Amino acid sequence: MKLTTKLLGLTALVGATQAQAVEMEVMHWWTSGGEAAAVAKFAEALNNNTEHTWVDGAIAGGGDVARPVMVSRIIGGDPPAAFQFNHGRQAEELIEAGLLLDLTDVAEAEGWEDIVNPPSLLDACTVDGRVYCAPVNIHSWQWLWLSNDAYEQAGVEVPTNWEEFVAAAPALREAGITPLAMGGQSWQQSGAFGVMAIALAGEEAWLAVNQDKDAEVARGEDYTRVFQAFADARDLADGLDVQDWNQATNAVIEGTAGGQIMGDWAQGEFAVAGMTAGEDYTCLPGLGNTAVLSTGGDAFYFPVTGDPEIEAAQKELAALLLSPEVQVAFNSAKGSLPIRGDVDLTTVNDCTTRGLELLAGDNVLPDGNLLLTQDTITQTNDLMTEFFNSDMSVEDVQEQYAQIIENAN
Amino acid sequence: MSDIGMLNTVKAAEDPVRRVLDGPRGARPKRTFSRTNIFLYGTLIVVALYYLLPLYVMLVTSVKGMPEIRAGNVFAPPLEITFQPWVKAWAEACTGVNCEGLSRGFWNSVRILIPSVLLSISIALVSGYTLSKWKFKGSEVFFTILIVGAFIPYQVMLYPIVIILRDVGNFLGVQLFGSLTGLVLVHSVFGMPILTLLFRNYFASIPEELFKAARVDGAGFWGILFRIMLPMSLPILVVAIILQVTGIWNDFLFGVVYTRADSYPMTVQLNNIVNSVQGIKEYNVNMAATLLTGLVPLFVYFVSGKLFVRGIAAGAVKG
Amino acid sequence: MAIAEDAGARAAPREQTVRRPNRLLRNLWPKFALLPMIATAVVVFLGGTLWTVVYSFTSSGLLPRRNWVGLDQYDRLWSTTKWIVSIQNLALYGVFSLVFTLVIGFTLAALLDRKVRGEDVFRTIFLYPFALSFIVTGLVWQWILNPDFGIQGVVREWGWESFTFNPLNDPDIVMFGLLIAGLWQGTGLIMCIMLAGLRGIDDDIWKATRVDGIPTWKTYVQVIIPMMRPVFVTAVVLIASGIIKLYDLVVAQTSGGPGISSEVPAKYVMVSMFGAQNLGQGFAASTMMLLSVVIILIPWAYLEFGGRRRV
Repeated sequence: MKLTTKLLGLTALVGATQAQAVEMEVMHWWTSGGEAAAVAKFAEALNNNTEHTWVDGAIAGGGDVARPVMVSRIIGGDPPAAFQFNHGRQAEELIEAGLLLDLTDVAEAEGWEDIVNPPSLLDACTVDGRVYCAPVNIHSWQWLWLSNDAYEQAGVEVPTNWEEFVAAAPALREAGITPLAMGGQSWQQSGAFGVMAIALAGEEAWLAVNQDKDAEVARGEDYTRVFQAFADARDLADGLDVQDWNQATNAVIEGTAGGQIMGDWAQGEFAVAGMTAGEDYTCLPGLGNTAVLSTGGDAFYFPVTGDPEIEAAQKELAALLLSPEVQVAFNSAKGSLPIRGDVDLTTVNDCTTRGLELLAGDNVLPDGNLLLTQDTITQTNDLMTEFFNSDMSVEDVQEQYAQIIENAN
Repeated sequence: MSDIGMLNTVKAAEDPVRRVLDGPRGARPKRTFSRTNIFLYGTLIVVALYYLLPLYVMLVTSVKGMPEIRAGNVFAPPLEITFQPWVKAWAEACTGVNCEGLSRGFWNSVRILIPSVLLSISIALVSGYTLSKWKFKGSEVFFTILIVGAFIPYQVMLYPIVIILRDVGNFLGVQLFGSLTGLVLVHSVFGMPILTLLFRNYFASIPEELFKAARVDGAGFWGILFRIMLPMSLPILVVAIILQVTGIWNDFLFGVVYTRADSYPMTVQLNNIVNSVQGIKEYNVNMAATLLTGLVPLFVYFVSGKLFVRGIAAGAVKG
Repeated sequence: MAIAEDAGARAAPREQTVRRPNRLLRNLWPKFALLPMIATAVVVFLGGTLWTVVYSFTSSGLLPRRNWVGLDQYDRLWSTTKWIVSIQNLALYGVFSLVFTLVIGFTLAALLDRKVRGEDVFRTIFLYPFALSFIVTGLVWQWILNPDFGIQGVVREWGWESFTFNPLNDPDIVMFGLLIAGLWQGTGLIMCIMLAGLRGIDDDIWKATRVDGIPTWKTYVQVIIPMMRPVFVTAVVLIASGIIKLYDLVVAQTSGGPGISSEVPAKYVMVSMFGAQNLGQGFAASTMMLLSVVIILIPWAYLEFGGRRRV
């Protein structure tokens, strides 16, 4: 009911006398179990609450496969009605080139400034005071997922921080369990490194490197510690040959691996497998060392089409994505946190509660995606995966990392 | 890589086209179980097993249930045959919000395939004919550029093509980018180097006398093409059709970039099914989907294998 | 030849002279008919290539933009480990792929050419993988080479516990894992070309060598292969064009891993352009690829079309 009223208000706002039914092609790369279920909530909401229809443009294989398709469509003059991006600096250029729809009026009418928490997510959508994207969820990388079953088999206590995790590893090995599950894709290894940097070097050092691009800090002692821990992780992950992140998660679910450093989306997989947080698996935010969440997430952007009817529909969709009902339905399915602090998730478990507490307590950092360009991120990914799959020394990797940071902008 | 070029070359004096029809030419093996024969068939059978292994694995896996797959190895024959994976791959597998499996893309693929094959072959046929029989100053230069084009990785041309389609579309006042027409044009462009080469070499092998006689008789450019050249082109047309059907059917990149979500070809759905890991990788569904997608080109190959070699003999070896 | 007669009948009243009727039309039609090809060659291939080269001197990110940076992209390219590894991998894969494809293709063709019973069946078996895309090829072989379910797992099940064959997870031999799949997909076509070439060899040659008592293998090496030089040139060019484009197979089978040990140049281009949103870097890498193509191709084109006109 509330939703309908809001939408009516919005319709009046954008000046369309009557909502014309528009087929909205929405492109995204959410195709894994929990993701697909979550995006279906958006589609339902659009189909049920408006006259428009959701035409699903899913392209599997992640952003690297989907992004060129999206960008081609936009520069080719046949853009989709909306598309998903990790927000932050990825879309900067499209905004500067005037290719994306200005959503400022929607944001003002809906009061996004007051409801979006943490505000950094809205800031990431904002260029020169204008809002260009609709953030839909909060994802944080800072989780260590542990299989209670695996530790029981090995006869050791479930660790509560990284040091204990490393200490418990030999017992797991003895029981034939790989201590750390790590997929073969570079972003997973690089992501784990990012988590370890925040957890072990501390917020300050991490911000100095990622926000201020201070290469000296990256060369410093704090980071040496991180790289040493990362080298430990390299040893701990030896023996499990999987590619995809959810295959690695699956190893934790089955108890053939002790733990996995992965973002909160892994929780969707635990849920699909029917596991309960606290009983079957344990989660440690910030590896249990530094309880803090980096808050990145996904956002939807809306290309400029020049067609007022489509524009009206785009703005309706933007408002709909942030409406409380849709936020709850979507984030429950995806295992992420809602971007508004004023809603309650229906299915709150142990881990989600801890995430929400950290969020409420303002223990948050911006996500690496918001601070670094995609180019720098790719360079880091390449370096980390090279390190992780070879016998490169800690000194070498640290120096090369410092050089990447030096050249970053 | 279906853009295989039968790059020309042999300036052989003989006529291998007819020769191929006569059958093998090598030394005649002895008809007994000689050591040579055992070695010959032994080698062929062993190699054939290597080539068949993946097909066997795909077939066997596609009719196993998931528990059986996890328990056994990939080569073990199925204990219990189930066609559920095939049904799921065809009609139920989810990609994003849609749970219609591959069936959604099949007709899209057909709709893309037919005009693309027709247009690309027509253009290449006429170009090859012109290049072999109606050369003019500079025609070879353009041809050389075209051949170099056969070596360019497609991905490099992605954005230039987007911009060309957009600008030409704007110029003509039609929507080329994102439309079926645009995609058909793109397939024609990228099929052109190899196909043109194929037709050029083939027509060059048709005796000059025939052509001269027709000209003397007053037949023009199109007259000679339609009345003399075309009726003689069956072998090379078969090769062209096979290559294009395979290439266009298997194409993912152009299909996903130059169309819209509602007209994605089957390969895009295949990618979505195979790359979407819904919990546990459903290998059986993946394999069934792979086989279903490969069915059309596989069928074409199994049916026309003999014609293919004959056509290659005509187009590739003859120059 | 009914057609020729028909044409002759229609043109009967004309004098059989060198005078060319409709001279203008005749000269116009070929040019008109070649327009689509010329447009493709000039606008798409030449234009697209120049466009790529020009933008390789810019700092284009997500969108192509003209902010010139000179040779910066090339500097960075050649100081990037991944690019160097890519080139080394491609060279390794290229050499082995070229040699093995030629040897296997020729051997199979020679075997099939020896009046083998069931030639059709064998030929179809060798050729069918070519009908499947590299994506499919990569997936299937990824699975057959899977250490737990595939070959390694089976051999271990048989009792040879220490047997290790895990190419896709071993940085040192991962390129050979790709090679096994690549050869499976591509040798059939080369075999067909070779077979067609062998069928073009005159039967008298065989008779002559048999009379002279030259062993079969020697006949192949000393007589047949030199005679098939043009067929080999065709095959080499074909294989080479495929090697340079190597991308889909890598993505499907290894995604460039483990680590960066199976990266290839085409993948470097793709990841730079679309993953890193650094078009300039991707264009610089593709320019280097194009340059190597031209270096390889120009001598060949000169041999093939040369003598008549500059190429």
